[in-house]
Amino acid sequence: MLNNYEAVFIMTPVLSEQQTKETVDKMKSVLTDGGAEIVHEENWGLKKLAYPVQHKNTGYYYLLQFKADPALILKFEVAMKRDEKVLRWLTVSLDKHALEYAERRIAKRNGQQAAAQEAAAEPAQETAVETVENKED
Amino acid sequence: MAEQQGEIRFLTPPTVEVKQKKYCRFKKNGIKYIDYKDPEFLKKFLNEQGKILPRRITGTSLKFQRKLSVAIKRARHLALLPYVTDLLK
Repeated sequence: MLNNYEAVFIMTPVLSEQQTKETVDKMKSVLTDGGAEIVHEENWGLKKLAYPVQHKNTGYYYLLQFKADPALILKFEVAMKRDEKVLRWLTVSLDKHALEYAERRIAKRNGQQAAAQEAAAEPAQETAVETVENKED
Repeated sequence: MAEQQGEIRFLTPPTVEVKQKKYCRFKKNGIKYIDYKDPEFLKKFLNEQGKILPRRITGTSLKFQRKLSVAIKRARHLALLPYVTDLLK
């Protein structure tokens, strides 16, 4: 029985882009190795925190939406806890209303991305626009 | 003259307060899920110190006030909203 979950985690701002990617990949591999299916992921980029966490004022936010067996969540949380690069995390299960909202959110985001891609005529510009957007997030 | 004596006459017309009925904006707009990832929206239900406003002020129904408080607490945990502050907004 697979349930729907959503996890947001904050990584330390001292990491390089490569290191953040590695951390995200590690977390994703924990899920996929345990038989979970990743439905959606969002990179919010570097954001200012509302209050300092471990003496840091900013952090990289990342969101994962996935379907997993409830037993896997414990493993996932342990992996988060063991990783020093992760400042905070929150895993929530999604009920039917939340799922509906998440689907609309994904559709809206995809729509925005498509519009951004259409606006950029050349492929070189396209990638430039996308990276800028990620940073702004 | 006789007609005017029957009525009470004021120098300034008395102000009659017309109270606008409060309503639950979640019920009215058909919002079923309150997203904790949207701090700008949740800020509407906080006072300047970052405290959750009571139902008697916002008019939110009990069902959604409960969901709202959970969403705000989740947002606080993720440092999207402050736990304590001065001059939020």
